[in-house]
Amino acid sequence: MHPAPSVILFTVMSGAGFGMLAFLGIGLPDVTGWVAFTFFAIAYVLAVGGLMASTFHLGHPERAIKAFSQWRTSWLSREGCCAVFTLLVMAVYGAGLVFLGTRWTALGFVGSFASVLTVFTTSMIYAQLRTVPRWHSPMTPALLLSLSLAGGALLTGQEKAAIALLVVAGAIQIMAWLKGDGALTASGSTLASATGLGTASTVRAFEPPHTGTNYLLNEFVHVVGRKHGLQLRVISFFLMIVLPIGMLLLPFSHLFAALAVLSHLAGTAVSRWLFFAEAEHVVGLYYGKRTT
Amino acid sequence: MTTLPTSTDRKLGLVIDLDTCVGCHACVISCKGWNTENYGAPLADEDPYGADPAGTFLNRVHSYEVQPETGATQLIHFPKSCLHCTDAPCVTVCPTGASYKRVEDGIVLVNESDCIGCGLCAWACPYGARELDAAEGVMKKCTLCVDRIYNAHLPEEDRVPACVRTCPAGARHFGDFADPESHVSRLTAERGGIDLMPEQETRPVNKYLPPRPKDRLQEQVDILAPLLAPVSEDSAGFFGWLDKALDRLPGAPSKDETR
Amino acid sequence: MPHTQPSLDLSPPVSDEIRKTTCYMCACRCGINVHIKDGKVAYIEGNRDHPVNKGVLCAKGSAGIMQHNAPSRLRRPLRRVGPRGSGEFQEISWDDALSIACGWLENIRHDAPEKLAFFTGRDQSQSFTSFWAQNYGTPNYAAHGGFCSVNMAAGGIYTMGGAFWEFGQPDWDHTRLFMLFGVAEDHDSNPIKMGLGKLKARGARVIGVNPIRSGYNAVADEWVGITPGTDGLFVLALIHCLIKAGKIDLDYLSRYTNAPVLLDQETGLFLRDDDGKPLVRDRRGGAVCAFDTPGIYPDLNASHDGHRTVFQHMAERYLSPEHAPEAVAAQCGIPAERIRAIAAELARVAFDEAFEIACEWTDFRGETHSSMTGRPVSMHAMRGVSAHSNGFQTCRALHVLQILLGTVEVPGGFRFKPPYPKPAEAHPTPHCWARPDAPLDGPHLGFVRGPEDLALKPDGSPARIDKAFTWENPMSAHGLMHMVISNAHAGDPYRIDTLFLYMANMSWNSSMNSGGVMEMLTDTDENGDYVIPHIIYSDAYSSEMVAYADLILPDTTYLERHDCISLLDRPICEADAAADAIRWPVVQPDRDVRGFQTALIQLANRMKLPGFTNDDRSPKWKDYADYIVSHERRPGIGPLAGFRGDGSQSGRGEVNPEQLDRYIENGGFFVNHIPEGAQYYKPWNTAYQEWAVGMGLFDSPQPYLFQLYVEPMRKFQRAAEGDGERQPPDHLRQRIIQTMDPFPIWYPPFEDANVDPDDFPVHALTQRPMAMYHSWGSQNAWLRQLHGHNPLYLPTRLWRQHGFRDGDWARVTSAHGSIVVPVAHHGGLNENTIWTWNAIGKRKGAWALSEDAPEATRGFLLNHLIHELQPPKGDGLRWSNSDPITGQAAWFDLRVKIEKVAAPDECAPAFPPLRSPVGQGPAELTWKVGK
Ligand SMILES: Nc1nc2c(c(=O)[nH]1)N[C@H]1C(S)=C(S)[C@@H](COP(=O)(O)OP(=O)(O)OC[C@H]3O[C@@H](n4cnc5c(=O)[nH]c(N)nc54)[C@H](O)[C@@H]3O)O[C@H]1N2
Ligand SMILES: Nc1nc2c(c(=O)[nH]1)N[C@H]1C(S)=C(S)[C@@H](COP(=O)(O)OP(=O)(O)OC[C@H]3O[C@@H](n4cnc5c(=O)[nH]c(N)nc54)[C@H](O)[C@@H]3O)O[C@H]1N2
Ligand code: SF4
Ligand code: SF4
Ligand code: SF4
Ligand code: SF4
Ligand code: SF4
Ligand SMILES: [Mo]
Repeated sequence: MHPAPSVILFTVMSGAGFGMLAFLGIGLPDVTGWVAFTFFAIAYVLAVGGLMASTFHLGHPERAIKAFSQWRTSWLSREGCCAVFTLLVMAVYGAGLVFLGTRWTALGFVGSFASVLTVFTTSMIYAQLRTVPRWHSPMTPALLLSLSLAGGALLTGQEKAAIALLVVAGAIQIMAWLKGDGALTASGSTLASATGLGTASTVRAFEPPHTGTNYLLNEFVHVVGRKHGLQLRVISFFLMIVLPIGMLLLPFSHLFAALAVLSHLAGTAVSRWLFFAEAEHVVGLYYGKRTT
Repeated sequence: MTTLPTSTDRKLGLVIDLDTCVGCHACVISCKGWNTENYGAPLADEDPYGADPAGTFLNRVHSYEVQPETGATQLIHFPKSCLHCTDAPCVTVCPTGASYKRVEDGIVLVNESDCIGCGLCAWACPYGARELDAAEGVMKKCTLCVDRIYNAHLPEEDRVPACVRTCPAGARHFGDFADPESHVSRLTAERGGIDLMPEQETRPVNKYLPPRPKDRLQEQVDILAPLLAPVSEDSAGFFGWLDKALDRLPGAPSKDETR
Repeated sequence: MPHTQPSLDLSPPVSDEIRKTTCYMCACRCGINVHIKDGKVAYIEGNRDHPVNKGVLCAKGSAGIMQHNAPSRLRRPLRRVGPRGSGEFQEISWDDALSIACGWLENIRHDAPEKLAFFTGRDQSQSFTSFWAQNYGTPNYAAHGGFCSVNMAAGGIYTMGGAFWEFGQPDWDHTRLFMLFGVAEDHDSNPIKMGLGKLKARGARVIGVNPIRSGYNAVADEWVGITPGTDGLFVLALIHCLIKAGKIDLDYLSRYTNAPVLLDQETGLFLRDDDGKPLVRDRRGGAVCAFDTPGIYPDLNASHDGHRTVFQHMAERYLSPEHAPEAVAAQCGIPAERIRAIAAELARVAFDEAFEIACEWTDFRGETHSSMTGRPVSMHAMRGVSAHSNGFQTCRALHVLQILLGTVEVPGGFRFKPPYPKPAEAHPTPHCWARPDAPLDGPHLGFVRGPEDLALKPDGSPARIDKAFTWENPMSAHGLMHMVISNAHAGDPYRIDTLFLYMANMSWNSSMNSGGVMEMLTDTDENGDYVIPHIIYSDAYSSEMVAYADLILPDTTYLERHDCISLLDRPICEADAAADAIRWPVVQPDRDVRGFQTALIQLANRMKLPGFTNDDRSPKWKDYADYIVSHERRPGIGPLAGFRGDGSQSGRGEVNPEQLDRYIENGGFFVNHIPEGAQYYKPWNTAYQEWAVGMGLFDSPQPYLFQLYVEPMRKFQRAAEGDGERQPPDHLRQRIIQTMDPFPIWYPPFEDANVDPDDFPVHALTQRPMAMYHSWGSQNAWLRQLHGHNPLYLPTRLWRQHGFRDGDWARVTSAHGSIVVPVAHHGGLNENTIWTWNAIGKRKGAWALSEDAPEATRGFLLNHLIHELQPPKGDGLRWSNSDPITGQAAWFDLRVKIEKVAAPDECAPAFPPLRSPVGQGPAELTWKVGK
């Protein structure tokens, strides 16, 4: 898949933002007033900024309101509804903390749950796609959720939780990569099944339908070199998991905490780039661009 | 509305005969022409006279080589447009309800005025049947020429998709798969029509007829052998045979007539 | 959950109006419905009533809207201001343009009319352009047939009075086995596809003989991946097998061919009676008499005073072991067993699947037959056979095979389209006598009957600039367009003053040796003057050739002008109907352009050419539409056969001033069906012959025999042997004797002897892409996305041998030049053959494309590897790279070698960009004319 910067930005930022809200909703850290304001501001910048970024790639952002209508079937619609619901609930909850110094616990729990749910709906947009075998797996929600929560924990200064969640996310990430690499083969989709001609080893794409490029090729037929992919995985894992844990294990310092957050987000962005770039859409089979 | 209808009254779609398609791209261009002028926004072309031309097309013709166990490599032309799947994943993923499957005939359409151009339906389609129009920012796909097949402004015989009407080889057939007696149903049954990527569980309506076996005249098999038995080994013998053969001709003069 | 859906307008209006005319995106000439909205072209579809396409339309046809609106369209007449080849022009008025042209042309005409060479390319008005040239008085006129497929036309007409091309067609409704030789696309584009579709629907079978398995050959049930240039060997081996097994149609051969004609054993000429009619011996009465004597049954096995029949000579020749499958298998690249299997299958279908159609008919000897015998084997061939230097003879071999099986003009076989069948003798002979201020003494092109018809001057030198109808290529019925520029530049046989070209992209894809041609067109003499002093060119678009002309006469697009697809020309008939058609301005030009034919009439009127001028010196016609309606070739016979006289007469009749309106009302065409009993056996069928006379195709019935033995060829051989007054130059004697065998023979393509096949082991070919027409398609925004560049396809053997991978490039070298191009792998390919799509490569700056267009950087031509001359033989002579009989350009003789090279930035050779006279197209296209 084409690793569109807007979508990478969106999922990374909103993941972290909703992760933060999840913690803030359950009172971790238990803050009010200006401190709370700062935390909430960061969370909202991330979550809303991410959502805004996601509209950059829309053909008609001005019609975005229509996207809330199909929550019965569409994960994208559900995500929109969930996100808005969460942001509203957490806004009220946050206002209580900032302006009234009161913590409406029940509302916070609802908001926290909704935050997690929002991240889950985001992940399901990808996980539902049978056309991208690498994504079509419980690993996808597991990964996005664990990273979101780990990021949230980091950003809300929950060191212990953060370390634990980073370890879990790291494990899931490795599993996702390993499982993902065999997913296309396991899906059973091959050029042979795509065309109904012969067996996988006997069918070969000859002339493409057009010598020029097209939307499908640009969007779906991105290919990352194997070696290149492995290097990026190492970099991403180091920045996203190893370095932040290392920093957290050092005696606390605001600088290290901040570096841990930045490193994690940078690593997550690389991981997310790979999430898209390495994902093989089955339509690539028709173009002879997937060899399984 | 992105809920799929539980069933449709008719199942309109195409049968594409891979044994017959010569790969001429006529269907590609007539589709482009019709759909540029008709349903929804025109199908745009970016950089049409430049280094990197890229336009929206609703139908494209691939080609594949198949290497049988023995014998020469074969080449198959492979037209592909929306298959109007029964369980169309492109519909259910759509957040706005712009994508829908018609309950009357099963045609999968995009209502362009509702489409936000998010691209998700194209992600969900295994077949590459949807393309986001670069100029208009809305999703484009084969409409099964819904604005032709019922169009009272067209003569009855022209109420078929543009690609079907134009296909010079007659490799494209349009009809109702819900009717087991229809032309398309019968062709599918007789020629063993197949689904593309059945493992994707989209249950496509469109069917593909596989190419017939090829290159079977390799040697003079026994039944053909007598056909080439020499009438004689030398030319003198040949002319002897000729004389007799000429006498046996039905239109030839009878013996007593001769000489 | 409830399902809801928007309500849709299922019956939107389609257009304001449909205007029916004829497609011109290629020479197939399908009928089109042009949908008009707000006065603009909105959509183009096929015309269901039209005899050619019956509603279907190919990719090019549907893309006509993008051609009609292409930014590359020329806008006004242009006069060159920069050096030739630069593309620097000044726009001028039509009045100035015609004055300049007339200035040049009138001078020549007063002086020496042969100094004008007027050649037309993809011309669909040849009967008109040749009429113009004839009245102007130059012998130097031809259309593009010489570089196209004259072998096919001449081979067919000399053998059976009709040819493949679009001049005949398989009996698609009855055929059970269809054999296709060397065709990628052909002129009959849609009909062949429709026909294949019919066969497939019926489960009839197709054998594709072609080094390349793509397109039609990909859907063929059998692919025979023959070595290029060896079809003749293969076909003669099939003939060997069939004769040997007696699987030939003896009755058919006896009745309808010259197989029973007696050959003079001394001369090899026919024995003839006093009226010049060939003699046969009657098997009934034993008399030796004219072949058409009523009541006789010609004897195939006769001999008379030691003179034997054509058939006896022929059987002896082809029974010889040199024609056995085993003897040719290796050279053809087809196992002997497979050749036998194919021969057996032909025999099986022709004879075991024979059928009768109950339909009474009477033959030319007066015998009435109660039924028609169907032999459901049909064949078709085109340039893969003809574009070789042995193509004429191969084509003959193929027709002889068809005839031996008795499958021509019978149900299930190959059928002619009117005005064919028409034997060589019914065609004119060539004329070349040019005199100042006088028309030519007759039509330029024709079919020679012997040396006496050659176009030679009294001193024996060639009369025509292209050396057509000379000893170098005596039967060059279509001229040699590919030699015109080269000969004019060399001053061989003489110098010319003005080169006048119409729709032929001669500085690029239609020439061999394109780079050399550019040099010839720009070369100057010692005074600094151009060696070819004046060049006038008519194009509709900003092609590569535009830059090389001094004066441009910009044509309209095909939707903006009158045209006439005439029975006098290359008609659009069907095997069971005569048909012709028109084009008419379905929209008006928005530029200052004129239909070329109208421009020619205006030139003729200014020069007051005979034929165009009334006795009172007033012009006969004001424009082409006027000519189409009012011109009469012979009394009552004009360019259009339909709606003559009061509108009810067909074929013959007075001029009808409303004829064009009648055509428009009828959908742009006219059809007249052949009566049922006259639809087969046309050359011998009295009913057909009478119908043809009624239609004005002939003035009297012209029954004839198929020519297994072509006597005119023997006459040339005899001349080369020393017989007769007109004698060939000595250096050609041996070649004439060898190649002009009156029976089909095979000899290796000349290239095989000109270069060492070990040095140049690979055959290199081009194919037409179905969705592109020569150079035109690249200016079309839709079509150029399909074929924007062209890889060179390599067979598996060469792919592996050279270690190629996707994305690699290669240098390809011939005896003449080399190119560097991208490669791709093709498994279904003869293992010694490489190929690419024809005419995709473009010169930078042409066609209103950007200079970095893929056509100009990754698209390429093979033409740079092919020379119009064979490599020098050290004798100081210029041997053209053509068939020695017809002058057909031997495009496919090409041999090359190939090596892998590092990927460059762009293909080589690269030429400097041309300056575009029309600028460049827009950056985005959202074409929609409705609201
Ligand atoms: N779409 C489209 N249609 C066209 C044209 C076009 O440009 N585009 N051009 C028109 C014109 S001008 C012409 S002349 C016709 C030509 O139409 P075709 O006769 O179909 O000509 P080519 O495309 O040159 O194809 C020649 C074929 O012969 C094969 N071949 C080459 N050498 C040999 C050989 O030795 N033996 C055999 N058996 N096969 C061989 C090649 O592989 C190729 O398939 O098409 C006309 N129709
Ligand atoms: N390598 C290789 N080269 C080949 C061949 C091959 O097989 N291989 N095939 C050869 C054959 S068979 C042929 S016929 C030639 C064809 O070659 P050409 O006859 O040169 O054909 P086109 O490229 O179509 O060029 C014709 C010109 O006509 C112009 N034109 C188009 N429409 C109109 C119009 O309406 N009016 C006017 N006035 N001009 C118009 C176009 O712009 C173009 O410049 O190519 C030959 N070249
Ligand atoms: S028009 Fe018909 S033959 Fe041509 S590519 Fe399309 S399906 Fe194939
Ligand atoms: S082919 Fe693709 S676009 Fe068409 S219905 Fe099926 S999934 Fe949807
Ligand atoms: S691109 Fe349009 S049709 Fe497709 S999912 Fe998005 S809104 Fe729906
Ligand atoms: S049915 Fe209509 S929209 Fe669909 S591919 Fe054919 S022409 Fe295009
Ligand atoms: S074959 Fe195609 S381009 Fe040629 S005349 Fe017919 S529709 Fe036009
Ligand atoms: Mo041609």
